[in-house]
Amino acid sequence: MTEQLSNPETQKQEIIEQEQTERTKESRMYVPRVDIYESDEAIHILADIPGADENSIDITLEKNVLTIEAEVQAEKPQDYSLMYAEYGIGGFRRKFNLSNEIDQEKIVAEVKDGVLKLVLPKSEKVTQKISVKAAKE
Amino acid sequence: MIYRRKSSPSLWEEMDKLQRDMNRMFDSTLMNRLSDRPLNSHDFPAMNVWTKADAGQVITAEIPGMNVDDLDIKVVGETLTISGSRQAPVDDENIRYHRQERGYGSFTRTIQLPFPIDVDKVEANYEKGVLKIWLPRAESDKPRKITVKAI
Repeated sequence: MTEQLSNPETQKQEIIEQEQTERTKESRMYVPRVDIYESDEAIHILADIPGADENSIDITLEKNVLTIEAEVQAEKPQDYSLMYAEYGIGGFRRKFNLSNEIDQEKIVAEVKDGVLKLVLPKSEKVTQKISVKAAKE
Repeated sequence: MIYRRKSSPSLWEEMDKLQRDMNRMFDSTLMNRLSDRPLNSHDFPAMNVWTKADAGQVITAEIPGMNVDDLDIKVVGETLTISGSRQAPVDDENIRYHRQERGYGSFTRTIQLPFPIDVDKVEANYEKGVLKIWLPRAESDKPRKITVKAI
């Protein structure tokens, strides 16, 4: 799993591009807060992405890297202007490395009230274990 | 606490961000674990305040994953109180947590409005995890226009 959250604040954490690539759009991007838990059958990811809905979420899986990306349209109340801001509005992005034990074909995602829920079922193929013998001299 | 400003929004946002960063620097040593910490009831939810000349204000807050029945909005005089509780995540013996960054628990936040509001016309909606409250300014409080007569 990548991208550690460094500050445990109630404030959203803005993404600072550390790699060479930058986004072309000038909108802000934040790191969504997540809960990740594992049951016997699956790994569950819950991510807070307020302002995003099923049409603006993009989940991609490439070479074991799961990327959650959500666009958030800044919805201004019509004719009102922002007077005071405690939070910024922008999209969300976070990447996770998945292990091979996930059945990548059967990942299920749903969103409700700004919370994305991902269920990553564990694959039935059990990783082959190689027993190590003590070498005799 | 909500306070007003008149400067340009972008400049203010930058100042605000700087202030938050400073707070973060000093706070991080004291509470560097999110997992055991329920939502901080003092600064949650974060709010944005929108205004329109004499019409009133709109307050938005990001509170994802709420049950609408658990949200409580009260207006007394010029004071607005938002309280509620976000349900604790699944608690099952058969699961193991890898990460727990999302807060849960109850919160209350009270803000002082800059003008009396028309309590009967307050409206609130909750969509995509964002709470929006319309606070129309009371008719009696609106500035009256005085026409100048030419003599």
